[in-house]
Amino acid sequence: MKTPVAATLAGLAVALLALGGTVVAAEGQKCEIPGYLLSGSNELKHVAEAVTKDRRLTIAVVGTGSSILAGPDGPRSAYPARLEAALKQRLPSVAVKVVTLVRTRMSAEDLAQGMAKLLVDEKPDLVIWQTGTLDAIRRIEPDDFRAALDEGVETLHKGGADVILMNMQYSPRTDIMVALGPYADNMRVVAQQHEIPLFDRLAIMRHWSDTGAFDLYAAGKDNVLAQRVHDCIGRAIASMIIDAAHLGPVESKAGQ
Amino acid sequence: MHAAVVTSGRDLRLDLFRGIALWLIFLDHIPSNLVAWGTIRNYGFSDATEIFVFVSGYTAAFVYGKERRERGFIIAGAHILRRAWQIYVAHVFLFAIYLAEISYVATSFENPLYADEMNILDFLKQPDVTIVQALLLKFKPSNMDILPLYIILLLLFPPILWLLQFRSSLALGASVLLYVLTWHFNWNMPSYPSGHWYFNPFAWQLLFVFGAWCALGGAQRLSTVVQSPVTLAIAAAYLLFAFVISLTWYLPGMSQYVPHWLEELIYPIDKVNLDVLRFAHFLALAVLTVRFVPRDWPLLKSWWAWPPIVCGQHSLEIFCLGVFLSFAAHFAMVEVSGAVWMQFLVSGLGILVMVAVAGLLTWYKRAEGRSPGSRSRKTPDADLAGGEA
Repeated sequence: MKTPVAATLAGLAVALLALGGTVVAAEGQKCEIPGYLLSGSNELKHVAEAVTKDRRLTIAVVGTGSSILAGPDGPRSAYPARLEAALKQRLPSVAVKVVTLVRTRMSAEDLAQGMAKLLVDEKPDLVIWQTGTLDAIRRIEPDDFRAALDEGVETLHKGGADVILMNMQYSPRTDIMVALGPYADNMRVVAQQHEIPLFDRLAIMRHWSDTGAFDLYAAGKDNVLAQRVHDCIGRAIASMIIDAAHLGPVESKAGQ
Repeated sequence: MHAAVVTSGRDLRLDLFRGIALWLIFLDHIPSNLVAWGTIRNYGFSDATEIFVFVSGYTAAFVYGKERRERGFIIAGAHILRRAWQIYVAHVFLFAIYLAEISYVATSFENPLYADEMNILDFLKQPDVTIVQALLLKFKPSNMDILPLYIILLLLFPPILWLLQFRSSLALGASVLLYVLTWHFNWNMPSYPSGHWYFNPFAWQLLFVFGAWCALGGAQRLSTVVQSPVTLAIAAAYLLFAFVISLTWYLPGMSQYVPHWLEELIYPIDKVNLDVLRFAHFLALAVLTVRFVPRDWPLLKSWWAWPPIVCGQHSLEIFCLGVFLSFAAHFAMVEVSGAVWMQFLVSGLGILVMVAVAGLLTWYKRAEGRSPGSRSRKTPDADLAGGEA
C-alpha cells in the first residue's frame, strides 16, 4: 500500500538531488562537493584587497572542538593547517597565515565576546567562525544564538575583517539526539543578512556520507578518518575563499 | 478488513490525514533519511505537526463535546484529564527508551572527529537532575516535544471546550488573542538546561482550538468561504509561493533570486511559535484538501485508504510507536548500514509495523466488543475515537 507512495517520494528526492548542479572536485582526496554548496554571491572584499594589494593574508579560525584534532600530529592535520597549506599552494606569491583560537565547550555567545580582543591581537583579514554545535546540544534559545552571531559578526565587520560562518559537523550517530535544524537555519539567516559566506559543513559532510566518500557512521579511536575529513574541509574552504574573493584567474596571472 | 473502517458519522478524512501525518512524523524523525525528502515539510512552510495538532483539536472537540452534552461538564472534563495523564505516562515511557539508546550509543562511540558532539552525554553525568527535569517536562530530548505540548493543550481543554460550546466565537477570539500576546510578550514555558519549549503551547494552542472550533460548527460557518473560487486561487497561489521559497533552501544557488526585502520579511520562519506563515500554509493546504477530497470520497472506504486511516484511529499508540521506531531505525542505520537501501528499508518496515500494530489494536477492540470510532455505552472510548490531542 505504501510502496507506490515510497516510490514516488524516492523519485521526487532523486529529481531534487539531481538539480544540485555541477560538481567541483577538490584535488587529491576523493571528496567532491557539488558546486552549489561552495559558491554564493557573498563576497570577501577585504580578503581580495589584502591579497591583491598587500600580498598577504591573515586568517583566524575561531571555534570549538571540531576545529582541532587530538594527538601529536593533530595540529598539522586539522583543517586550519590544511587550509593554510592549500592556500599557500594556490596563492604562492601571498604570505598566508592561519591562526586558530579554539576553545572547547564554548557557545556562540562565549565566542562572540572574544572577537574584539581577537581583532586587536591578530589583526585578521578574515575570520572563520565555527560554531553551533554546543548551542544545539545545550538547547540555547535560538533567538539568543542568533543575537550572539549578529553581535560577533558586527564586531568583526566594524574591525575591518571579513567573516565566514561555519556550521556544525554532520554526525549521523548523534543525529537523532541533537536538533541542529533551528541553529543551522539561524546561521544561514545571519549569513544572508550580513551578506557573508556560509561554509555549510553540515550539508557538505552529509553529501560525503550520502555519496560514500566517507563512512561517518564509523566508530573508531584512530585519527585516520578524522584527518582525511579535515584535509577535505581545509581544501574546500580554500576554494570558497578564492572564489568569494575572486582570486582565481586574476591571481594566477598576477602570481606568474 | 474493509469493514474495519468504521464510518458511524465520523469524518474519515480526519483519520486519513492524521494517519498520514503520523507516517510523515515517523519519517521526519529518522535522521539522515532520504525518504524524508518526500515529506511535506520540504515543499512548503508547514509540516505534519500542523496537521496532527489541528486534527487532534478537531477530534478532541468532537468526542468530548458530545460527551459534555450527554453527560455533563464534570464527566467530560475528568475524561480529558485522564487522557492527559495517559499521554504523560506514554511520554515517560518514551523517555526511558531514549535513555537506553543514548547510553548505548555513548559507550560505543569514540570517534575523534566528533569531540564536540560527545558533549551530548553531559546530561548523563547528572541523572539526579536530568531525570527529575524530564519528569517535570522541562528536559525534553529532541523528537520528544510533541507529547508535552499535547499534555498542556489537554490540561487547558476543559474550560476551552465549555466556552466553545456556549460562545464559540469568543473562545476562538480568546485563542487568537493569546497567540498575539504570546508573540508580543515572548511568552513560553522554560526548558532545562536552557531555553524554552520547542513547541510553544501558548502559540500552538491556536491551531488546536481552531480545530476544535471547526468541529463544533465552525467548519459549516466557513464553508461558503472555503468553497469560493477566490479562496481557492489565493490558497493555490500561496502554496506555490511557499514551494518556490522552500526550493531555495535546498538549492542555494536559487536564493539569490529571492529579493532581500522578502527575506527580511519572512525569515526566520518560526516553528517554535507557530509562525503565521506556517499557519497560513496549513490553512491553504486545508482549503485545497476540503475542495478536492470530499467527505464521501469513495477512496476513503477502499483498501488503499485503510492503512493510514487505521493508524489515524489509534493516534496516541501509533505516535509513540513511531517515535520508538524512529529510534530503532536510527539504531539500525548506525549499527548495520546507513546506505540508501537501508533508509528505504527501515522507512518501509516502520510504516508496515505501524499499520500492523494499528490493525492489531482494532482487532483487540473488536474482540472486546467495541468498535473503533464509536463509544461504548459505559465509558467514552477516547482512545479510538481519536479524542486525544
